[in-house]
Amino acid sequence: MAPEVLPKPQMRGLLARRLRFHMVTAFVLSLGVAALYKVGVADKRKKAYADFYRNYDAMKDFEEMRKAGIFQSVK
Amino acid sequence: MLATRVFSLVGKRAISTSVCVRAHESVVKSEDFTLPAYVDRRDYPLPDVAHVKHLSASQKALKEKEKASWSSLSMDEKVELYRIKFKESFAEMNRRSNEWKTVVGTAMFFFGITALIVMWEKRYVYGPLPQTFDKEWVAMQTKRMLDMKVNPIQGLASKWDYEKNEWKK
Repeated sequence: MAPEVLPKPQMRGLLARRLRFHMVTAFVLSLGVAALYKVGVADKRKKAYADFYRNYDAMKDFEEMRKAGIFQSVK
Repeated sequence: MLATRVFSLVGKRAISTSVCVRAHESVVKSEDFTLPAYVDRRDYPLPDVAHVKHLSASQKALKEKEKASWSSLSMDEKVELYRIKFKESFAEMNRRSNEWKTVVGTAMFFFGITALIVMWEKRYVYGPLPQTFDKEWVAMQTKRMLDMKVNPIQGLASKWDYEKNEWKK
């Protein structure tokens, strides 16, 4: 073996280091995904429903459907 | 701990068929499967037995020298002792390989063969599609769904512009 001395590798705290890395990553990723879901899906959906029903006229909607001829009970 | 024992049982079966003959080691004559076996595993760093079972005369002498102070051992002797005890170093056993290319290639190859089989099947086995798949039928179907205002908030009807009578841009 050639007499070149390798640097001494990290001997201790390996699990602690791994745990810290993964705990932090897990936290960040979960919170990130949850936040993105809340904004991108949940809030967006709530807004879409609110906007739809804000000025919704059920009778007008019904008349449009009736004129289109999709009902069997009323023409 | 328990898992390691189980692994070593699995490892025994897995590697006992491979007989390694090297220049400076003895040939394994018959493998008794009930005996503890040597394994090169990341998660089992100190195997149950040494790698070399039958030492040559020089190796026996070296083992005797090992009983004395280790500072009297030369570097080559230390390496020889290591190689008696272990087959591959961690660096060697963990070396990467190009096996993944073979695996991915073979998988894609069989995927392609399956595609050919499915194409043949569509042509020679399957009957015609139902009329509900015709372009005209689907157009009438979609028109009716829009008339019914299917999913008007986020779904189909929400993508249709009822004033201009066309899909929303």
